[in-house]
Amino acid sequence: MADLSVDFCGIRFTNPIVLASGVLGVTGDSMAQVVRNGAGGVTSKSLWPHEHLGHPNPTIVTSEHWMLNAVGIPDAGPEKAREEIARYREVCDAPFIANIVGGTMADYAAIAAEVALMQPDIVEVNISCPNVEDELGKPMACSIAKSSEVTKLVKDALREAGAGHIPVIVKLSPNVENIVSIATSVLNAGADGITAINTVGPGMAINIDFAQPILANRVGGLSGPAIKPLAVKYVYDIYRAKHCPIVGTGGVCTGEDAIEMMMAGATLVGVGSAVWLRGQDVFGQIVREMNDWCDARGIEKLSSLIGKAHANH
Amino acid sequence: MQIINTLPVAATVKAIVQENEQVKTFVLDLSVGAQPGQFVMVWIPRMDEKPFSVAMDNGKELHLAIADVGPFSHAMHQLKVGDQVGVRGPFGTEFTCEKGQHLAFLGGGYGAAPLYFFAYKAVAMGCTVEFVVGARRKDLLLYTEQARQLKGVNVHVATNDGSEGFEGFNTVLLEKVVMEGGIDCIYTCGPEIMQLKAAELAVREKIDAQISVERYMKCGFGVCGNCCVDGSGVPSCVSGPVMPLAQVLELRDFGKYHRDKLGKKQYYNF
Repeated sequence: MADLSVDFCGIRFTNPIVLASGVLGVTGDSMAQVVRNGAGGVTSKSLWPHEHLGHPNPTIVTSEHWMLNAVGIPDAGPEKAREEIARYREVCDAPFIANIVGGTMADYAAIAAEVALMQPDIVEVNISCPNVEDELGKPMACSIAKSSEVTKLVKDALREAGAGHIPVIVKLSPNVENIVSIATSVLNAGADGITAINTVGPGMAINIDFAQPILANRVGGLSGPAIKPLAVKYVYDIYRAKHCPIVGTGGVCTGEDAIEMMMAGATLVGVGSAVWLRGQDVFGQIVREMNDWCDARGIEKLSSLIGKAHANH
Repeated sequence: MQIINTLPVAATVKAIVQENEQVKTFVLDLSVGAQPGQFVMVWIPRMDEKPFSVAMDNGKELHLAIADVGPFSHAMHQLKVGDQVGVRGPFGTEFTCEKGQHLAFLGGGYGAAPLYFFAYKAVAMGCTVEFVVGARRKDLLLYTEQARQLKGVNVHVATNDGSEGFEGFNTVLLEKVVMEGGIDCIYTCGPEIMQLKAAELAVREKIDAQISVERYMKCGFGVCGNCCVDGSGVPSCVSGPVMPLAQVLELRDFGKYHRDKLGKKQYYNF
């Protein structure tokens, strides 16, 4: 049995597999279920400072190699978040990452101040959702200036609320010219780490009998196995340039996928769409596969693999 | 087995049956291989997509009994024969029984439709079915006549106003049926307060039960998380809608609240 634990921004995870934001994650009990199924930690769905409606259905469709989603970041606001996080803490002691989102800079400051009181282990800032552009415009993750400004705002809001010790990581978009320059800007603005990547695109699927886009939002973020090579490459690029803590996420379905992501430079590995392919216990399956892979090769510490693909270049 | 491809396919409305003033059965020209208790997502392009439990899938046609209660179901009710809708599925768990068993069904409102489908399957397996249904009044009863046509099904009707059968709640009628003895399992679909009564009866009489737990579903395959039940935390679209009694008894929300499309608790008013 290999030691699968990792240290991420000073927080210990018994294994590196975390529930990625946006999948499950609506309720405390559902996140606790993910931990029971084997995850080392969880990320909430994006929390807003106020109620936010999502898109009508269809919101998620899948084909063999990909998933398209335009759920539209629905949330009931801080009161519900407080209750659900408290419930999670009551039944579960695995680290909790609060993902936050807003439509404006002021929204981000407001929700950061709110979540500071909920005492998450880590705050993840979602500035990269590709399925709300009609409402909110281009994601902030597409601008060096905006991604930097929002990072500062969140860090300041947490500090002012007496929660300056909580690490802040920023979830980046792959849909930019140069993801490393965005990563650099948010790290310079005080981010403690990076989550890469959010969904790709947006993309579209058309039903040819109706001659209509299937998603009600017409377009949605692309995830699933098809995007894994992109995610691995961006994690690799960011790690090479910055050597910062990274949550690598995008298309990870197996233990081998997760190890690949760690070798690219990820300390934690986000798993989301794989729930569709392998079921609710995918987290435990991946953890077992990672362990078996390590055992077969006599690797005692999984964390020794972080960034390993860089050693020979 | 996991569902890999969840893209909607086009289905044509072959027939529409007006069941009562609120409910129409839509007969679609395809089979999705659904089992009793499972549901499908029905898509009207540029409108929305909603889950509906299956009233019949006979290998050739799919029947959906839909009440005109909201914007989507109202749009469904405007459809005509020859119109098309998109269908994804089937999703979720099914009602199960063993050969030759004596079963008691409790259906309230549109809950009678999936139970009719299950009765159709159960009698083919040599089971005897006590089909207990209820409605506010006689003309709101659903699938009662169809159930009467099935050999091996005994229909027990309760109406609030006594316009047909027993005057009162169908749960009282279920208790009567169960107290006569010999029931192997109770199956229920419909309003949660009614299901709670059935669950309490099953516990008291030490009879097994299967309960269709309805929550706000979006994706249908356990990813979006909106339909997760409290307690076990599992998505009801995958681990449900049909859950065994033991699982239901462990839920923290059953009989108390469900959640809206934002995940906010909505308490039942009994």
